[in-house]
Amino acid sequence: MLTGGLIILASFAYVGLLFGIAYYGDKRADAGRSIIANPYIYALSLAVYCTSWTFYGSVGRAATTGIGFLPIYLGPTLMAALWWYVMLKIIRISKANRITSIADFIASRYGKSQTLGGLVTVIAVVGIVPYIALQLKAISTSFSIIRRYPEVAMPPDLHRAPLFLGDNTFYIAMLLAAFTILFGTRHLDATERHEGLVAAVAFESLVKLLAFITVGVFVTFVMFDGFADLFDRAAATPQISQLLVVSAEVGDYVTWASLTFLSMAAIMFLPRQFQVAVVENVDERHLNKAIWLFPLYLLAINIFVLPIALGGLMHFSNAGIDADTFVLTLPISQHQAWLALIAFIGGLSAATGMVIVETIALSTMVCNDLVMPALLRMKWLRLNERVDLSGLLLGIRRGAIVVILVLGYLYFALAGEAYALVSIGLISFSAVAQFAPAIIGGIYWKGATRLGAVCGLAAGFAVWTYTLLLPSFAKSGWLPMSFLTQGIFGIDLLRPQQLFGLTGFADTTHCLFWSMLANIGCYIGVSLLWRPGATEHSQATLFVDALKYGGAATTGSKFWRGSASVDDLRGLLGRFLGPERAREALSAYARSHGVEFKQDATADPGLVHYAESLLTGTIGSASARIMIASVVDEEPLDIDEVMHIIDEASQVLAYSRQLEQKSRELESATNELRNANQRLQELDRLKDDFISTVTHELRTPLTSIRAFSEILNDNPDLDGAQRSRFLGIVIKESERLTRLINQVLDLAKIESGNAEWHTGEIDMREVIEDAVTATSQLFKENNVQLELKLPDSVPVIAADRDRLMQVMLNLLSNAAKFCTGDGRGRVTITLASLRDALQVDVQDNGIGISEADQKVIFEKFRQVGDTLTAKPQGTGLGLPICRQIIGHFGGRLWVSSRLGAGATFSFTIPLAQPRAERPEAAPAARTA
Amino acid sequence: MIRPSVKGQRLVALFLLGCLLFNYPLLNLFTNSGVVFGIPLLYVYVFGVWAALIGLMALVVQKRGD
Repeated sequence: MLTGGLIILASFAYVGLLFGIAYYGDKRADAGRSIIANPYIYALSLAVYCTSWTFYGSVGRAATTGIGFLPIYLGPTLMAALWWYVMLKIIRISKANRITSIADFIASRYGKSQTLGGLVTVIAVVGIVPYIALQLKAISTSFSIIRRYPEVAMPPDLHRAPLFLGDNTFYIAMLLAAFTILFGTRHLDATERHEGLVAAVAFESLVKLLAFITVGVFVTFVMFDGFADLFDRAAATPQISQLLVVSAEVGDYVTWASLTFLSMAAIMFLPRQFQVAVVENVDERHLNKAIWLFPLYLLAINIFVLPIALGGLMHFSNAGIDADTFVLTLPISQHQAWLALIAFIGGLSAATGMVIVETIALSTMVCNDLVMPALLRMKWLRLNERVDLSGLLLGIRRGAIVVILVLGYLYFALAGEAYALVSIGLISFSAVAQFAPAIIGGIYWKGATRLGAVCGLAAGFAVWTYTLLLPSFAKSGWLPMSFLTQGIFGIDLLRPQQLFGLTGFADTTHCLFWSMLANIGCYIGVSLLWRPGATEHSQATLFVDALKYGGAATTGSKFWRGSASVDDLRGLLGRFLGPERAREALSAYARSHGVEFKQDATADPGLVHYAESLLTGTIGSASARIMIASVVDEEPLDIDEVMHIIDEASQVLAYSRQLEQKSRELESATNELRNANQRLQELDRLKDDFISTVTHELRTPLTSIRAFSEILNDNPDLDGAQRSRFLGIVIKESERLTRLINQVLDLAKIESGNAEWHTGEIDMREVIEDAVTATSQLFKENNVQLELKLPDSVPVIAADRDRLMQVMLNLLSNAAKFCTGDGRGRVTITLASLRDALQVDVQDNGIGISEADQKVIFEKFRQVGDTLTAKPQGTGLGLPICRQIIGHFGGRLWVSSRLGAGATFSFTIPLAQPRAERPEAAPAARTA
Repeated sequence: MIRPSVKGQRLVALFLLGCLLFNYPLLNLFTNSGVVFGIPLLYVYVFGVWAALIGLMALVVQKRGD
């Protein structure tokens, strides 16, 4: 019932469905409603990693090495954990620089080097060719097997078939080329994104997963009675049971580890993985979910590998059935026609997905990094003068797709028979792993140079060719076997798979060791030996610091200096993008930057950089560099300038920090100066006031002395009583003058700190009593009552007795002066012990002091009342002196009063510090 | 987008843990012919660790708040 026609019909129906999905995806993308803009589609599209290798080859691998097929999937799982850092960085860099392939990435990182871009492209194409051959082999084999349904038979040796037209596989290759061209190169896009293609690839990932699981469930639960039964029966078969353990040999673990490493490199650097993971990435946040969804996919597709392998081995024991075909042959052997068809479609799905994405990625590289740079160099082609090159670009890419598939076909025809599927794939993985040092080093090590990368890649590639690719030809009979057994030119040490006598490793491990040694060694060694050029330095900074600057698009232009006209740029873009798209792109730039392009306008560096990145998307960074240079009058930067620019940012930062610091210091200094100046001005004013007040105060008594002296002098006949009264006034005024001068001197001494202090231990009560005695006459004269409220004992204080006496006398005489003289005047002195001080209150019930006056009475020469009209009753220096004295002892003098309700002058004197060797008696007395 | 580095560090730690668990010598401890629910021990170990690792990665990545 499964005729060849039906199978072909089903295959074409399936591919037609893919086209439908791709078409729908593109339509939606054009309408701005992307169907691939979600993390699930992104994760599924990453599963393009699983090819025929996974679908058919894993089972074959498991049938010979047990769980040895697993490192290929464990590596990506582990690598996914590092995507958070590594993949994110690559995506950011690529988006900022419009990088569209792995060759472009490496070329761009190392100074937009054409050599490097070309080299990477050659390595990628040569390295991937076996991988494509693997897919062709899988499709071709599976087709010829299912065609014979219900018979289970291996296809005849395909090797014998005539090449090309006589061979079905060739037609399959050409059909795939046609699909790929239709899928991937219908139009040019500056970003090389293919939304429809991604949608189709994601769909294919679902199909192959479901198909494989369906077969797995059938084998495990229908042919056998579940996992336990299957493993139980496998363990009973001696040859099969050893597949369930890893042999304890060291070599096996080395193979295991090296395969893990290879697959880690592959998941990052296979051109198709770069295409779906980086170029087709819609939103970097999709990476978050993909980090665990993609490994989950790998886990799911691998669960049934071992059961199918074991089931096949038991079912076909020694029947000569290739284990690589178990997925297909087991359903056929059970006469499950539909299941076989599902398996076939699943395998087809896995293979086509890989071939389409891989060849598109490779064709972009071939076009942008190999063919275009070469064509642009051929001046006689006059490509620079062609109006529209987009057709040429498409042509190159289509040609590249066909060539790559033909190469894949040739490898399949020449060498494909000698190897199992997985072994062919591993040859490709080993080639791709050569990119790892240049890329990982490139995004984390600024010191890596172009020359280092070229040498490393070339050396690694050479070793790979010698130890893995050429032996695969030899094993297929296309090179003499003596090449393998005796080494080149018969030199024993150069045997390709025991290089320098290294034995005990599997082919891949052996190749991996030597190629990585050569690659990393040259890469690091050469990078360290020679200094990089200017462009390399600027690119290195952009790449390594990509996450720091948040994308290089804005910083790229600062490494460029020169001038170009907008018209030239427009013409250039038009040639590669088409005039329409070029105009759109430029007006988009004008809109987003708020500029307007006038006639003959000069392009700013930002626009030139924008144009270059647009071209990079279409023809690769190296070619874009040349094209831009052709219309731009560029001043090359030398290395020192680039270093300068790179350093500039950090220097500017440091400068601005220093400036900030300086200006803060300056500000505070200014403030201090301003304050000091204000104080000085205030002091100056106070001094002036003081002098004028002192002069004024001195003049009053002097005037009166002089007036009365003149009267006495001019009137010698003045009667005795009159004369003695006038003399009395002269004496009194002289006394007042003396007192004034004394006080001025006193105050000046205290203020300047030159006063003499005789500090001793003093009982405050005694001082108060003495002061009261001294002023008793004054109180009597003024008819003022004096009352004392003293505790029985108080702690001693450390002070100058005479000075304290001075304060007390001043306060008492003031109190007496301001009380009414009608007998109701009353002054109360209260002494109180505080916790760590004594407080003295001198309270009177006199005229009181207004609140405004309270503030000024402690200033010099400020007497309450108008000193000009009323006769001054004091010198105006008493209270200031008192405050100075109290302040000197560490106390405080203040007044509380209300106008008309008397005033209370209070001061505190701190207690003497008790001394350990001589305990005070007073504190004890106080508590008693 | 906010990418707290603690997530990245946890993922790197998982990477290192995975490297350890999937390699000699730990792997060697499970290569005997033991059986769990009728399934070979090695098979259970590898797939179990694999699933646990994916679960932990999902946990780290999807965890909100830090």
